[in-house]
Amino acid sequence: MNIHEYQGKQLLKQYGVAVPEGKVAFTVEEAVEAAQSLGSTVCVVKAQIHAGGRGKAGGVKVAKSVDEVRTYAQELLGKVLVTHQTGPEGKEIKRLLIEEGCDIQKEYYIGVVIDRATGKVVIMASEEGGTEIEEVAEKTPEKIFREAVDPAVGLQAFQARKLAYAINIPTKLVNKAAQFMLSLYKAFVEKDCSIAEINPLVVTGDGQVMALDAKLNFDSNALFRHPEILELRDLEEEDEKEIEASKYDLSYIALDGNIGCMVNGAGLAMATMDIIKYYGGEPANFLDVGGGATTEKVTEAFKIILSDPNVKGIFINIFGGIMRCDVIANGVVEAAKQIGLDRPLVVRLEGTNVDLGKQILAESGLNIVAADSMADGAQKIVALV
Amino acid sequence: MSILVDKHTKVITQGITGSTGLFHTKGALDYGTQMVGGVTPGKGGTNVDITLEDGSTVSLPVFNTVVEAKEKTGATASVIYVPPAFAADSIMEAVDADLDLVICITEGIPVLDMVKVARYMEGKKTVLIGPNCPGVITPGECKIGIMPGYIHKPGYVGVVSRSGTLTYEAVHQLSTRGIGQSSAVGIGGDPVKGSEFIDILKMFNEDPDTRAVIMIGEIGGTAEEEAAEWIQANMTKPVVGFIGGATAPPGKRMGHAGAIISGGKGTAAEKIAKLESCGVKVAPTPSEMGSTLVEVLEERGLLSECTTH
Repeated sequence: MNIHEYQGKQLLKQYGVAVPEGKVAFTVEEAVEAAQSLGSTVCVVKAQIHAGGRGKAGGVKVAKSVDEVRTYAQELLGKVLVTHQTGPEGKEIKRLLIEEGCDIQKEYYIGVVIDRATGKVVIMASEEGGTEIEEVAEKTPEKIFREAVDPAVGLQAFQARKLAYAINIPTKLVNKAAQFMLSLYKAFVEKDCSIAEINPLVVTGDGQVMALDAKLNFDSNALFRHPEILELRDLEEEDEKEIEASKYDLSYIALDGNIGCMVNGAGLAMATMDIIKYYGGEPANFLDVGGGATTEKVTEAFKIILSDPNVKGIFINIFGGIMRCDVIANGVVEAAKQIGLDRPLVVRLEGTNVDLGKQILAESGLNIVAADSMADGAQKIVALV
Repeated sequence: MSILVDKHTKVITQGITGSTGLFHTKGALDYGTQMVGGVTPGKGGTNVDITLEDGSTVSLPVFNTVVEAKEKTGATASVIYVPPAFAADSIMEAVDADLDLVICITEGIPVLDMVKVARYMEGKKTVLIGPNCPGVITPGECKIGIMPGYIHKPGYVGVVSRSGTLTYEAVHQLSTRGIGQSSAVGIGGDPVKGSEFIDILKMFNEDPDTRAVIMIGEIGGTAEEEAAEWIQANMTKPVVGFIGGATAPPGKRMGHAGAIISGGKGTAAEKIAKLESCGVKVAPTPSEMGSTLVEVLEERGLLSECTTH
């Protein structure tokens, strides 16, 4: 789960991680009030959207007076910002972070991630702050330093110091930087983050070590034990259909194409998208109905797929193990009766009770095209849209 | 032969009195697996009575702890059907009891819990398969997990996969071509797992009754790339692969917690290229997994001995 920069900074502040003073603003007036209460000569007006690249896209403005804050707030609120991470449709700016400016001496990068190969949390640090870390990893990998954390003891001070020295933090500020990293790690672990990126970490003219930006992402598997993080969810930053799907415990991801998919199992669902594309079609979504699909779930999944105006046809690909093909077939028929089926539907069933499932579909009176295999199904649906 | 499990393996179910645990314990018994008991803290001393498809009833003892269950039943393996909030604890309990094999089916365990489990397991002998996996099956002998037993046939091809239903698809493609399986192992869809591709490939390499392997990967992480290098350096048997998610968008978690392309890394294209360069033929579509294996078996002169039915 993603959160906004200002929320990430508020959270980090609770852990003693130094961040610039700032306030969120939803209106121009709030932005002006925030700037006035901050009282600094220079204020930064930052668009708050769940995407990076805001600065380059003109979503971050440095204001030298309260009037400039007003002007920038008016410009940014309601604007659709297109960054290299939002996709061409961009994201509408509905919130701003008004932050005190600071005297940046140097920028660094600190990232906390989970290293899958070793199963450990790793702190990454680099002197190349402000640049995309993937670029640094590609061009100058020797400039990235890593410390793997032993979960039995947590991040140790000596490890944080090692990193601080390696990235040439000014000697007087090494202890502050180390403390920053220790607090960041604590927040990461206690809040079940999946990734925490501070890019850039800055050292300032008045001797501070601060997070100028903070991108925190949370492990969705752990949200059940973090109601306080769930509260930070911004539904407006998520796809409506994805939100609807999550209510029914459906794993759904919206894509750009016109062939809706319903599959049981994530691996098979990905493979279904792949094979549609292989035969020249474009999947409109990823959808895993999961192992215990009921008639209701299938109906809801159908509704969500059909609510996408781009969808011109649907491909259902089911390999029933525990899930029985007759249960799916009944669900499909029921859903089609409830909502009305106005687009081509290809169904491929295999596995438990396949013959019964096929019979139910054939006798339903609905216009359902049966497929013998995944390849057959994909080719048929591509031909029909 | 097989790897990990066979007709002699005695298995307990952690979470046996829950509806999922009960349902799949029955499924295992129907298949012929030696299910010998279960663990639900607080229900120790009771029994679960399970009526099988053939009409017979099996009564399995329930214990409060894994240690007691192991002691009283002689079980060497456990399967875990416990909700995500408690599953990591269940895994560690089974490891502490010194079981040989633990298979965790549970999806949704917080990643940082698995980081702790991984640390806990260092230096311990227990093999963990999963979490978020369909389980392990040695056709005709032992089924531990949620896979449909009937699509599997005994034979000489090993299957190892991060997926569930995509694995059934592959197995089906093999079985319908007369090619049986030695064992099929679902390593699961999570980013931090008990066993990775290399661990299972090693076992297949050392199993005299596995002649070839099919490995099914997906986007996210670098396990397939590492496996590719290991295969090139060590594997004495042919390996064929398929990688799901070639069309997945970056940055999105595609169902499985581990199926995510992040920072440009973990794409299907990279994995396919690496596997091919290390001598692993990769099926171009999911419907050609079986036929790609047949091609390779033919090339190596192994097709007739692998055609077991």
